[in-house]
Amino acid sequence: MSEQLDVRSSAPAETVLDIDDLEVSFATDTGEVRAVRGVSLDVRAGEVVAVVGESGSGKTVTAKTILGLLPETATSSGAVVIKGQNVVALTPAKLRELRGRDVAMVFQEPSTALNPVFTVGWQIMEGLRAHRARGGGGKGGRRVGRKEARERAVEALRKVGIPDPEKRVDYYPHQFSGGQKQRVVIAAALALDPELIVADEPTTALDVTVQAEILELLRDLRDLYGTSIVLITHNMGVVADLADRVVVMYQGEVVEEAPVRTLFAEPRDDYTRRLLAAVPHLGRDSASEGATERLHQGGEVLVEAKELEIVYPGRLGSPAFRAVDGVSFTVSAGEVFGLVGESGSGKTTIGRAIAGLNRATGGSLSVLGHEMVGFSERAFRPLRKDIGFVFQDPAASFNPQLTIGECVAEPLVVHLDLEPAQLRRRVGELLESVQLPASYASRYPHELSGGQRQRASLARALALEPRLLIADEPTSALDVSVQAKVLELFREIQAELGFAALFISHDLAVVDQLSHWVGVLYKGRLVEQGIGSRVMNAPQDEYTKRLIASLPVPDPVEQAERRKAHRALLGG
Amino acid sequence: MATQAVPQLERREPLWTRIPVLTHVRMSVGVQRVMLVVGLSLTGIFLVLAVFAPLMAPFGYSQIADASGGFPTQDPPSAKHLWGTTVGGFDVFSRVVWGAQTAVLVIVVAVALSIFAGVALGLASGYIGGWLDRILVVIADAVYAFPSLLVAIVMSIVISHGQSSLWGGIFAAAISITVVFIPQYFRVVRAEAIRLKAEPFVESAKVIGASSWRIMARHIFRNATRSIPLIFTLNASEAILTLAGLGFLGFGIEPTSASEWGFDLNKAISDVTAGIWWTGVFPGLAIVLTVLGLTLVGESMNDLSDAKLRARGRKRTTTAGAKGARTAAPQGVSSPESEGGKA
Repeated sequence: MSEQLDVRSSAPAETVLDIDDLEVSFATDTGEVRAVRGVSLDVRAGEVVAVVGESGSGKTVTAKTILGLLPETATSSGAVVIKGQNVVALTPAKLRELRGRDVAMVFQEPSTALNPVFTVGWQIMEGLRAHRARGGGGKGGRRVGRKEARERAVEALRKVGIPDPEKRVDYYPHQFSGGQKQRVVIAAALALDPELIVADEPTTALDVTVQAEILELLRDLRDLYGTSIVLITHNMGVVADLADRVVVMYQGEVVEEAPVRTLFAEPRDDYTRRLLAAVPHLGRDSASEGATERLHQGGEVLVEAKELEIVYPGRLGSPAFRAVDGVSFTVSAGEVFGLVGESGSGKTTIGRAIAGLNRATGGSLSVLGHEMVGFSERAFRPLRKDIGFVFQDPAASFNPQLTIGECVAEPLVVHLDLEPAQLRRRVGELLESVQLPASYASRYPHELSGGQRQRASLARALALEPRLLIADEPTSALDVSVQAKVLELFREIQAELGFAALFISHDLAVVDQLSHWVGVLYKGRLVEQGIGSRVMNAPQDEYTKRLIASLPVPDPVEQAERRKAHRALLGG
Repeated sequence: MATQAVPQLERREPLWTRIPVLTHVRMSVGVQRVMLVVGLSLTGIFLVLAVFAPLMAPFGYSQIADASGGFPTQDPPSAKHLWGTTVGGFDVFSRVVWGAQTAVLVIVVAVALSIFAGVALGLASGYIGGWLDRILVVIADAVYAFPSLLVAIVMSIVISHGQSSLWGGIFAAAISITVVFIPQYFRVVRAEAIRLKAEPFVESAKVIGASSWRIMARHIFRNATRSIPLIFTLNASEAILTLAGLGFLGFGIEPTSASEWGFDLNKAISDVTAGIWWTGVFPGLAIVLTVLGLTLVGESMNDLSDAKLRARGRKRTTTAGAKGARTAAPQGVSSPESEGGKA
């Protein structure tokens, strides 16, 4: 509390938002769940306050309460005061008046936040109409003419950096890219000049290069227009880049609140310290540290792609989509090959083609000596026992009707002919090898946490001691602290069993932690490959340079320097 | 690892809490609960009548005389004939009770015939896809396009040549209903199978090298059939309506082989103008209440299975005035429509 008071006395700016002792609970089938417990925080004019926490920490519920967007099953008490009005106690009509005018929201997924059948201009003007048309809107209180509304929409689009706004105000959402859509969402939020914007994971659904642009935009809003921002995020890099003050939440409570530099330099709470320690930091803890040449080159070549092409046939009237275009690489026995790229780069497509889930259409892709271009499932099936696959979403990759034991045993049942007792013993061993108690075999997937499920998924992939493991974004659905543990486990097991792995991720820091050799994909082309630490420290390709420059590091001081150094690069 | 310290969870909840209808009753509240309980009671009465018809009906379904002589015809309700008698001298009350038995038999046979074929075809069509899928979908659509009663009439002519015995009549009705129902189960299971096909757990089975047969049986089947109890209850009510419709049109079961509500309704038409209300009202009510009961059960289960439609009990929390003037009255039920507003 003393820290909080210090901050208050040093900054005399007006308070825009004041949350006091907020409690939110949800009625669920299993009883009442208290999602937010006694949270107090305040936001002053022109300040970016980041609320960070892992899933289930109550950060999003807190954000939604600010706009009164809680579902029917929620019960809330305490006070959320915006301009002297307590949101928690407002009538629906008053609440509607407040939304958009005094506080606006930016959602996580820009493609679902915009209505696809209306032009973006219409959607920005909707806010204007909703408020002014009623007459009591506060500012002006008169009907806004069609022309004026349009001018304001154009103005809002210009503010968020959409080029040629006069023309593009009439475009539909699908005519914009993901990053531009998020700009439009922000423009809609800005249309009524609210003092406060609540941004709920505004960059999580975006690629790093686009994320950097959106963060730049949000920073400009604060600097140029004095807009206050409540930034809800789990990404410590984003926090380091943008926030002025940080509120750390854990299990519905605020565990620490501090100015951003203080928090990263001297975290006081135990949980904050653990959280910061778990965040992967580009350039630290690299798997290929000190390596000067490619490792594991003596061994057998397990995967060899030569001018690989994967083309998805287009629908009627649209051209075919070239997902992978002329990619060549090899993965040797014992090597961890990291494949990085943004969404749409073709990284997952390559991984799935190696596992025989997608068809390779051109060039050559040899997996364990079997040609995958034009392969038949029947001929490839015997080889499947040498390939393990770990999927991105641990929740969805287990059959909800089967126990963990049955799921892990499945490859054994399919390929080997074991006695039930042997099978049980082997499943127990496998679970213990991924640090899960053998008794978990009788549980159902939903009874395990995300990290536990992903470890069980690893156990299943390793059940037949495969020579090649394909891990497609295995940790991106996990919280950072859980991710750190799973990555550590992966590293240990790989070192112990020595299988080759294709590690696919969008996260440069994570890839660098695990991979000996890294390939960078961009729009279906492999633009650069090399020793992990070298690619990260001295990228050669223009795109790789931009990618690495865009990645915010979880350290506000270092990030501020990086931002300056790379501004020229990002701008171009 | 910290995981060792986690206490052993209960392995699986006891069996009775996992039976579909009971779990629904347990999780329902308020109006939804009332609807479900009313539906279940009506359905319960219907089933009890069907099972214990021989004990509960004072007379046989085709009985027109007893030891004391022939029954009077078109007799108003009396102590002996609770709901009166029909023009043919049948006891209305007994016929309504026996009619429940016929209805249950038709539902059981119709659903048993359609559910297996529908689920199997749906699984194969959805998972395997390709030309098999296209052909099956076209056939299902063609069947859909037929008015179900017309199909039923054609089928009843084909099966029993218009003649009717108890089982002949029941099968005629049941098979004709089956033809209409198979596409419904087919559609639901196919849609689920297509959705599940892209789920990571099915892909992970594929990557492991499991055969298509194994994937369908072990992974897709068990996940695709969860909404079947729901369609079952809704279909059951439709089956009764089709049966009654057939009977009403004269394609049902002869009164001497079994009792059938639709047939009785048909015979009651001429009574209405003569002011004889009891021959029509009671079979009609039986149809309405049974269908209402089954539909209520089905609809409630539908709402309860969907987390978004399910109402939950809420506990009002009140802060103990600690925040004094600042805290406005705590909002137990703050804003039901707030989410529907401008977002």
